[in-house]
Amino acid sequence: MKKFWLSKWTRVLLFSLSLAPFLNLLWRVYRNDLTANPIEFITHRTGDWTIRFLLITLGITPLRGILNQPQPIRFRRMLGLFAFFYGCLHLTTWVWLDKAFDTHEMWEDVIKRRFITAGMTGLLLMAPLAVTSTAGWVRRLGYRRWQMLHRLIYFSALAGVVHYYWLVKSDTRLPLMYGGILAALLSYRIIGVRKSVPATRPLRPPAGAPG
Amino acid sequence: MAIRKGFDLRYSDVTPKDTYQSRRRFLAAALATPFAARAATITSGVTPSPFSTKEEPTPFGAVTGYNNYYEFGTGKDEPVKLAKNYRTSPWTVSIEGEVAKPKTLDLDAVMKLAPLEERIYRHRCVEGWSFVIPWIGFPLSALLKQVEPTSKAKYVAFQSFYDPKQMLSSREAHIQFPYIEGLRFDEAMHPLTLLSVGVYGETLPPQNGAPFRLTVPWKYGYKSIKSIVKVSFVEKQPPTTWNKEWPEAYGFYSNVNPAVDHPTHSQATEVRLGVGRFGQKIKTQLFNGYGEVASLYTGMDLKKNY
Repeated sequence: MKKFWLSKWTRVLLFSLSLAPFLNLLWRVYRNDLTANPIEFITHRTGDWTIRFLLITLGITPLRGILNQPQPIRFRRMLGLFAFFYGCLHLTTWVWLDKAFDTHEMWEDVIKRRFITAGMTGLLLMAPLAVTSTAGWVRRLGYRRWQMLHRLIYFSALAGVVHYYWLVKSDTRLPLMYGGILAALLSYRIIGVRKSVPATRPLRPPAGAPG
Repeated sequence: MAIRKGFDLRYSDVTPKDTYQSRRRFLAAALATPFAARAATITSGVTPSPFSTKEEPTPFGAVTGYNNYYEFGTGKDEPVKLAKNYRTSPWTVSIEGEVAKPKTLDLDAVMKLAPLEERIYRHRCVEGWSFVIPWIGFPLSALLKQVEPTSKAKYVAFQSFYDPKQMLSSREAHIQFPYIEGLRFDEAMHPLTLLSVGVYGETLPPQNGAPFRLTVPWKYGYKSIKSIVKVSFVEKQPPTTWNKEWPEAYGFYSNVNPAVDHPTHSQATEVRLGVGRFGQKIKTQLFNGYGEVASLYTGMDLKKNY
């Protein structure tokens, strides 16, 4: 089992799986297979995957507890960066395809429409985490401060779910489902149901600490 | 392909080939389904209307495959699948309320009320996208005149067909069924207000509101109620489905107006779907470009009466 987690191929597999939604989207653009409303389709796809990757990233800590196995943390940074990647695609779709770089219209949206305010907040909160995701930044900030900073992901995910909930017209099933998953992931941390994970030598920062 | 008098151009000439072929597949599927609503060619004399726009119609596949019809699913690709076996025959519509002669008409009677016209109208959805659709129908006024409305008839209320056995429950769709809509009497009688029985030279596919629906081109799409079974003349402004769900977002009038924002988005622009790879962003026009209806709202504050 340990071999599985440490294998280079596990990383390659997870990376490929994480990239698959993006490749699928590229393929659909190439094939012109984007439904009758391409902008809406791309916006929804990239937005969905942003929230999903945020939740998957937040799932690493509980997974370690449940498996009683510290290794999944090796992939947390990559998954978090994929959340940011899909978030950036989501923003690019909005700026480029939806708003056609109309800065006035975008600013109006950000200040007037609460769901856009929430979405923008969620994405902006992710930016410093993406920047400081390297080992060098963990050293520079010191682990404690780095960890504090990276707790911003809780608020980012919350903003993402609220963003989704506020934008849907009537059928709130999906945003509520994401909200429920987020609530479970966060309460795992609050209630502290996790068993203490066996201490291992950090393979490399930022490994080894509960998130 | 439909053959209609007075037309030199066929939709096969203006519809991209792949769209046209997918349409043939759709037709084949429709014809293969027993008892379901079938797309049938409307062959009786359909005359082109001077009210038609010169803009190019949106591809058939988009208009008939991307629909808001919550009774058949809340996703826009769902109605085309879930409405496949929808039965529209036999069909009756009851016209009642503040009228001298209430009536119940069957589909044949409705189809014979007035000569059919083709009207190519812009269709603007409140969600910020638009189509150009070649409807076939006749002015709604022809239907309304049948029953001799009294002086108390200030508004016209419409109700959609609802059958929980064939359709989603209100709980699943997250809006109340049956779907209801309404117009002021003068709006309902306006020559632009169409009772549509077909699209693209054929009878309406189920997902577009078979067997007949309203088409009010200067209002957001949800005002154009589908699959009508009841028309009542009333004295007071009738309740409407989306207004009940979210009054701040969906007013009774719901005239297309770039100056009146929706809570979640601006209405200043729209994406014309089916143009280019991603659609074309265009400026939304007041009354969706149908300025001739402005006189209906003289002296009214359109920001308050949204």
